[in-house]
Amino acid sequence: MANKILAVLEQRDGKLKKVSFEVAKTAADIATELGATVEAVVLGNEIENLEKVGNYGVKKVFQLKNTDLQNYSTSAYTQTLSNFIDETGADIIFFGNTALGKDLAPHVAVKINAGLGMDCTHLEISGGEIIATRPVYAGKALVDIKLNGEKRVFTLRPNVFNPGEPSNESAEVEAKEIPEVNLSSKVIETKKSEGKLDVAEASIIVSGGRGMKGPEHFHLVEELADLLGAAVGASRAVVDAGWRPHSEQVGQTGKTVSPNLYIALGISGAIQHLAGMRSSKYIVAVNKDPDAPIFGVADYGITGDVFEVVPAMIEEIKKLKQG
Amino acid sequence: MKIAVCVNHVPDTATKVKIGSDGKSIDPAGVTYVVNPYDEFAIEEALKTKEQLGGEVVVISLGSDANKESIRKALAMGADSAVLLKDNNFRDSFAVGKALAAEIKNQGAEIVFFGKQSVDYDNSVTGQITAELLGYNCVTVVVDLKIDGEKVIAEREIEGGKEVVETSFPVIITAQKGLNEPRYASLKGIMAAKRKTIEEKDAEPADNFTEIIAMKKPAPKQPGKILGSDASAVPELIRLLREEAKVI
Ligand SMILES: Cc1cc2nc3c(=O)[nH]c(=O)nc-3n(C[C@H](O)[C@H](O)[C@H](O)COP(=O)(O)OP(=O)(O)OC[C@H]3O[C@@H](n4cnc5c(N)ncnc54)[C@H](O)[C@@H]3O)c2cc1C
Ligand SMILES: Nc1ncnc2c1ncn2[C@@H]1O[C@H](COP(=O)(O)O)[C@@H](O)[C@H]1O
Repeated sequence: MANKILAVLEQRDGKLKKVSFEVAKTAADIATELGATVEAVVLGNEIENLEKVGNYGVKKVFQLKNTDLQNYSTSAYTQTLSNFIDETGADIIFFGNTALGKDLAPHVAVKINAGLGMDCTHLEISGGEIIATRPVYAGKALVDIKLNGEKRVFTLRPNVFNPGEPSNESAEVEAKEIPEVNLSSKVIETKKSEGKLDVAEASIIVSGGRGMKGPEHFHLVEELADLLGAAVGASRAVVDAGWRPHSEQVGQTGKTVSPNLYIALGISGAIQHLAGMRSSKYIVAVNKDPDAPIFGVADYGITGDVFEVVPAMIEEIKKLKQG
Repeated sequence: MKIAVCVNHVPDTATKVKIGSDGKSIDPAGVTYVVNPYDEFAIEEALKTKEQLGGEVVVISLGSDANKESIRKALAMGADSAVLLKDNNFRDSFAVGKALAAEIKNQGAEIVFFGKQSVDYDNSVTGQITAELLGYNCVTVVVDLKIDGEKVIAEREIEGGKEVVETSFPVIITAQKGLNEPRYASLKGIMAAKRKTIEEKDAEPADNFTEIIAMKKPAPKQPGKILGSDASAVPELIRLLREEAKVI
């Protein structure tokens, strides 16, 4: 029997998140390889530009509509999505490994009695089966896993699966009204970090560590980040010292990120820090200690003083911007 | 109120990982095991909840005899009793959740604390799985918790901010760093923990969905380019980021 693949897309404030296109494209590619069908689904009341999913190889997208689905609710999303999967008979389901995906995917997997592969960084087909690779032990090792049983759920690490260039195809959008949802857990307030880009979503991150010497010097990190349209990140040492908020912490007890560019300023590169950022596409390190472990993962390094190098970077990028 | 906390026993995060001879797991030789770091926040929150609402705190851990070390630590911090669900074999999170769910039901716990993630397989799912199996409400990655009568108000971290979730009992909360500052076990606590018995029983059998085919080390990165030791290397760095990496 041919597989039925479902890409679960994610919207916030009515806009599809970038990871949704990565999930759609990956689902479409796997469907081609397996000779399976593929559809997408998204939950929410008002969502813009859903037909764009067609640019990434998925021709049909269902929108499950209810005013109470506009914001995420674990109970409402679990119930609505599981019912939809039961109705459509999807047996391979992909999510993004985001705050929402990490929360929702295991609930849905239990409801539909599916195996679960979280935070995958690579997928391969072997003998008609999906073999998923995922980091374990904070990225110090990888496992290849196979899921047995009739249904499978995978979550994909954001910014790892390249959606490629969009095509001109659009997807057919079918809206389905969901009459009633289970609100036994409900978001009553969303607190946005003031006007700041979050490390988990940024394609460039500029992070500062203890080598920045004090909170009063982080304006350098912020200025460089601003110029690059980047998010500000931090090591645990500076978060624990109270120089920066925990929301900026990258690493094992902070956030796992994989931006296109990660710039580490005065960060030693402890294993727990590397755990959160080693899958970044390009890593730049500035550290005055040439033996700092961060250089072991850096693509480009400068073994110098941040107070000299960072102002020079700021100047150089300003020059560039002025053309 | 009966409060439970699920505690995992895992390799210390500073462990150097060596792949074992089976090619599917780590070589345990020389590895130090500790209480899963996030579970320390879970234990602390369980104790604080008891201080607020009264009742007792039971620790539940699934694994081998070695887990008793982490269980003792939770008891020394102030938990009242403990259950070890014995199983020496690999279990995936679904199978762990099934056994934990059965014991939580057996205990009649109405609020259960988990860590947000075990630092071995980094799955971040056992709390959600257990909650769904039990039909409990669930809030994950929680950094602030308030219990106000029947209402449970939990703040969870999301991209770019926080979500405040309102829910009710029975509930599973998974703890993120920032939720609290775990207390140290006092000498009195450590002595008292030695006298507490750990109930041992076989974990309920459950099938795994997950089959580990191989464990491997990540491909070593090509050594990076050191461009210089002062600000004079900056123009070259920016050029490479634009022209070679094409990331700015
Ligand atoms: C359970 C556990 C979880 C953890 N989770 C995390 C986590 O999520 N994230 C995390 O980051 N850490 C985490 N850690 C902590 C981690 O082990 C390190 O202590 C921490 O990452 C160090 O931060 P740092 O690099 O800023 O500081 P340091 O290690 O002190 O490094 C500072 C660096 O700055 C350099 N430096 C100093 N002055 C200058 C200068 N003027 N110019 C250039 N370079 C300079 C030094 O050479 C040094 O390499 C965790 C630890 C444990 C035990
Ligand atoms: N074997 C276990 N025994 C008790 N609790 C566990 C076990 N495995 C996982 N947990 C709990 O589930 C949380 C999340 O783990 P995981 O889903 O494995 O990342 C942990 O922080 C623990 O609270």
